[in-house]
Amino acid sequence: MAFLEIDGLRKRFGQVEILKGIDLDLEKGGFLVLVGPSGCGKSTLLNTIAGLETITSGEIRVDGRTINDLHPSKRDIAMVFQSYALYPNMTVAGNISFGMEMRGVPAAERQKAIDKVAKVLQIGHLLQRKPSQLSGGQRQRVAMGRALVRDPKLFLFDEPLSNLDAKLRVDMRIEIKRLHATTGTTIVYVTHDQIEAMTLATKIAVMRDGEVQQFGTPAEIYNNPTNLFVADFMGSPAMNLIPATIGTNGNALSVVLQREAREPISLPMANAPAGLSAFQGKPIIFGVRPEALTDPEGAERNASNIATADCHIEVVEPAGSDTFAVTNLGGKGVVARLRADANIQPGTNTPLAFNLTKAVFFDPATENRIR
Amino acid sequence: MSAVTTPARQASGGVNVKTVNRIVIYGLLALFAVFYLMPLFVMLVTSFKTMDEIQNGNMLALPRAPTFDPWLKAWGETCVGLTCAGIKGYFWNSIKMVVPAVLISTMLGALNGYVLTKWRFRGATLVFGLMLFACFIPFQSVLLPMATILGSVGRFGVTLQNSIGTSFGLGNSTVNLVFVHVVYGIGFTTLFFRNYYEAFPTELVKAAQVDGASFFQIFRRIMLPNSMPIFVVTVIYQFTNIWNDFLFASAYAGTGDAMPMTVALNNVVNTSTGVVEYNVNMAAAMIAALPTLLVYVLAGRYFVRGLMAGAVKG
Repeated sequence: MAFLEIDGLRKRFGQVEILKGIDLDLEKGGFLVLVGPSGCGKSTLLNTIAGLETITSGEIRVDGRTINDLHPSKRDIAMVFQSYALYPNMTVAGNISFGMEMRGVPAAERQKAIDKVAKVLQIGHLLQRKPSQLSGGQRQRVAMGRALVRDPKLFLFDEPLSNLDAKLRVDMRIEIKRLHATTGTTIVYVTHDQIEAMTLATKIAVMRDGEVQQFGTPAEIYNNPTNLFVADFMGSPAMNLIPATIGTNGNALSVVLQREAREPISLPMANAPAGLSAFQGKPIIFGVRPEALTDPEGAERNASNIATADCHIEVVEPAGSDTFAVTNLGGKGVVARLRADANIQPGTNTPLAFNLTKAVFFDPATENRIR
Repeated sequence: MSAVTTPARQASGGVNVKTVNRIVIYGLLALFAVFYLMPLFVMLVTSFKTMDEIQNGNMLALPRAPTFDPWLKAWGETCVGLTCAGIKGYFWNSIKMVVPAVLISTMLGALNGYVLTKWRFRGATLVFGLMLFACFIPFQSVLLPMATILGSVGRFGVTLQNSIGTSFGLGNSTVNLVFVHVVYGIGFTTLFFRNYYEAFPTELVKAAQVDGASFFQIFRRIMLPNSMPIFVVTVIYQFTNIWNDFLFASAYAGTGDAMPMTVALNNVVNTSTGVVEYNVNMAAAMIAALPTLLVYVLAGRYFVRGLMAGAVKG
């Protein structure tokens, strides 16, 4: 039995259904990231777990106990808010101990707990300050301290890093990951940043329009997206989704990609998914991540199915660690990820290696994966 | 050549026009300020003069031999109607009425604002709309209905007095005035607090809920301590309004022991004992105006912005 279980959760505001039947579960000590574009219902879902929003139907269980109708303070949860939500009139120590004060914990015990958390988060020197005297990163730490001190069954994070600048965000991301590793707590984390989702999660739920599109480990989500939306949403730079057709090459299938002002590329498929044979002569969406489309020298040596084709390079973007090259296939800009020192010039034709083992195919009509 | 000189000429012309504009603007502002402050000046100057000087001298002239006697007389000796014990008793009447009225109406406004923004219920907007409407009901139209209500309450007070020995202040003129001002003030105080709390970060309330704070604990520990600016605004507004009110005061406590300062001042000026003592009248008027000035000067110091800094974002 999983630690956190959500069954058929629905939430309706008037006539509008915000959450359309969510089923999720998370093991103890897991890190679940809810990711999706704005308005997909991820924050609402988190708020229903916290008890700050009521639910229309369904069930939420933590450690076997149904918490649907419990007051937020009775759910044994702690929440870190996007804006930190530190009480401006109280000192850092006051902020951290407010919850204990409300529960009537004696002062000496509160002090002990504050000191312990301050030590973990290294905010001991800030305890007597007001939130207005703290920097963004320090406020973030205090907000986490306020959650940590409760020692709850479940931590809820609502886009905690979105107000920080880029560098601090990376630092805090690592800090959260370290915190999770050392304390072994169970976390549900909301973000719209797919990099945060990939780096932090043990389980990711990609959401759109109040529905879970795919639920799985980061590797499953990244390598085996179930539909076009997930494939497009996860990964940076995004997966190339190229309109193509399926042709035959002898008795094997091949992917035919249109090129501008030249004959189409035909990539022979050695191990095409079974479902693909039904699409012979029909349009499909061919998905290939930028790192699976590279210069022949940089291609994965042990990949079983690599096809090379000549492509016209339109733009070259050196990014330091990699060089990105943009070509045009099937009427769309396609990004290839090359080695940093790849000798490549815009406006020339260069052979690019397609790692077809990593390629995925989608039905343009249903947007679902062809397996 | 011309291309080089033209911008320079324009610039210098611009400076001249600017200077003239400034002179005109500040000149006009100074004129208005003098015009506005003139009555205050005359009042102050007159209140320190002797009657001889007032009758023979220039109204705008500074007192030749400044004296505090008119102020002392106004405070302790002047006649209000038939009693000649100064205005001090009425001053305290006003204080006893204004302080509870201001505090109660402000606290109720804060509570209303809190509920209307952070605990929204079905029809909250309508309730707020009706409360706003209360701000625009003219005083005159509530005079008679309120008199009827206060009369009934007073009779109930008498009944209580006869049966259980205490009226709980029902029917007392000061209590009546406090009640009237609280009822009339709630619309405004609610408006102030609702608009302030509308911008108050709701996440703070949510965080407090997760921390296990109750409805009133959130109000007392989170909302009120962070409401200083609007609290001060409301107190200044309510204090000024209630202290300066004449209509309700004269209608419901126009005679008798509970008469507030404004009514008493009117009676001082209207009491004729031969010579009109302008200096005493002016001193009495100044005394009547002092508390509102004082509240503004003292509370204005706490009229600070940015108290919410640090709660949300960086």
